Amino acid sequence: MFEKVWEQHLVAPQTADTPAVLFIDLHLTHEVTTPQAFTVLRERGLKIRRPDLTLATMDHSTPTRTEQVFGGAPITIDSAAKQIRQLERNCADFGVELLGLQNPLRGIVHVIGPELGVTQPGKTIVCGDSHTSTHGAFGALAFGIGSTEVSHVFATQCLLQSKPRTLAINAKGKLRPGVTAKDLILAIIGKLGVGGGTGYVIEYRGDAIRALDMDERMTVCNMSIEAGARAGMIAPDETTYAYLKNTPRAPKGEAWDRAVARWRQLPSDPGAKFDHEMQIDASALEPMITYGTNPGMVIPVTGSVPASGDAAFDKSLAYMGFEAGTAISGKPVNVVFVGSCTNARLSDLRDAAGVLRGRKIASGVQMLVVPGSQQVKKAAEAEGLDRVFIDAGAQWRESGCSMCLGMNGDLVGAGQYSVSTSNRNFEGRQGVGARTLLASPLTAAASAVRGRVTDPRELLAS
Amino acid sequence: MEPIKTIHSRTAVLPLANIDTDQIIPARFLRSTSREGFGKHLFSEWRYEATGAPRPDFVLNKPEAQGCAILVAGRNFGCGSSREHAPWALTDYGFRAVVSTEFADIFRNNSLKNGLVPVLVDEATSRWLLANPGAEVTIDLETTSLSLPTGQRVTFPMEPFARYCLMNGVDELGFLLSQDAQICAFERKQATV
Repeated sequence: MFEKVWEQHLVAPQTADTPAVLFIDLHLTHEVTTPQAFTVLRERGLKIRRPDLTLATMDHSTPTRTEQVFGGAPITIDSAAKQIRQLERNCADFGVELLGLQNPLRGIVHVIGPELGVTQPGKTIVCGDSHTSTHGAFGALAFGIGSTEVSHVFATQCLLQSKPRTLAINAKGKLRPGVTAKDLILAIIGKLGVGGGTGYVIEYRGDAIRALDMDERMTVCNMSIEAGARAGMIAPDETTYAYLKNTPRAPKGEAWDRAVARWRQLPSDPGAKFDHEMQIDASALEPMITYGTNPGMVIPVTGSVPASGDAAFDKSLAYMGFEAGTAISGKPVNVVFVGSCTNARLSDLRDAAGVLRGRKIASGVQMLVVPGSQQVKKAAEAEGLDRVFIDAGAQWRESGCSMCLGMNGDLVGAGQYSVSTSNRNFEGRQGVGARTLLASPLTAAASAVRGRVTDPRELLAS
Repeated sequence: MEPIKTIHSRTAVLPLANIDTDQIIPARFLRSTSREGFGKHLFSEWRYEATGAPRPDFVLNKPEAQGCAILVAGRNFGCGSSREHAPWALTDYGFRAVVSTEFADIFRNNSLKNGLVPVLVDEATSRWLLANPGAEVTIDLETTSLSLPTGQRVTFPMEPFARYCLMNGVDELGFLLSQDAQICAFERKQATV
């Protein structure tokens, strides 16, 4: 599948002296990694070659408090406000469609692409953001780039690329109740290691993957980068087409039929060769949670913190305040974050609400629920999920990246433990000194109720 | 960009694996809209106390690390976020090369576009460098090799085009812009699908 998409987008093949020139079908942009790229255009007197293939939103530095988004309350971080204003100006100057702060279609860039239907099978999609791998869930070749490359795509709609290798991950079996796509990808990263996917494009295959809905597939592909792989792909199927058919910007009528016929050619041919293969038994998995400071440091929620003599490992445990050999379940929790491009789509919010319905979060726990987009927020409110969260004692916010990386001021305090549905538990990721445990929305919600790391199956059963 | 032919320097050593770009430059500094000034925030959490005072035990705060242009680190350097602010912070601080046994893909790509040379070495060379902080080494792009003070010389992989750009101080955009005819042809072909 990767080979097909790659070949279809070669403007010029790789030569002995130069990398391949790859055409980009969709360039997603946001406020953090574009300012310097627009500067390059201005310095060189260049235009955006294909504004029609470029879409901008704002998500990283944006506030999530309703009064700041809609009520006219000031954005208190000057640099964040400036970045937002600069994106507005840049998009106006260069003719790029911007889903601005108050736009009902705004949201996290990797949530809105699929939601609008601009993410489609067989496309090449880039964004100055490593979690662009999310869009691979539709059978697109999607990867993160730096700001200089953003300027290249702006100016030429192309990138210079060396061809990556391919890694097939075959996931077989059925996930058990209480075990989610997040647990599957955390287990895969644990097995592969945080650098195990470096240089590869992953294709996720097998009946465990086929059984996932699109939200779940996006969660899996989203975290490909946490194993070092720039892109993760899942072959499109009826689930993919059913999702896209009702999106506003998917092809319509005859164009839809032609597109589906084209997309049906994308899956890897039987017997396709991969540079490397890995197997995982999904039916054996338990809810997973991280205990260290990279996403590969992960164990079942029923497990204990392992031991190692490695310097980075020991530094990591010291940072987390964990001792080897102690059970992860029952560790105290101060903050719970349900959000991010990994787990802030409607089904994620339903999962969390399912645990919280009729319950209260433990006293002393701060819980933030941040929908992935304004459309997700609206859909969740139509189902009454907002009431479930608010009644349980959680905060219900406007969409954005929020506490995943705290650029907008939604931060976890120093030394505090946060169970988070996001994608990175790096030192300081959620705030200086913050200690992050990555888990599924089910585990996060269950941990909020108990105020301790909790196996969600204990609450789902009762 | 300055053309780079050789880099001769003592090394500063961070003997940790999986140093992510959030450590290299934390997210709160990414609200800047320029490419300059990130060096003072490089490794901010490890380098400074909460008060802003330098932590004396951190390698870059030691007198012997001053002026080092080559950083030696453990495997999988630069993993995580795609932020180009990471190589901007490293070069603004004064580094011209990073040596490791493995680089994250996006970080490596970003480095090559900013005059920061990613030098991939074998385990044995890495072990020697990690064990000998402050060693005087030479990185030569003509021969894509790293020379140790022991006299040993190892070569490292580098795509010919990236090497050309580094050695001539040019970026890739000029080449991409020169592909206009091919890009137009591709666009015409795609419009018919």
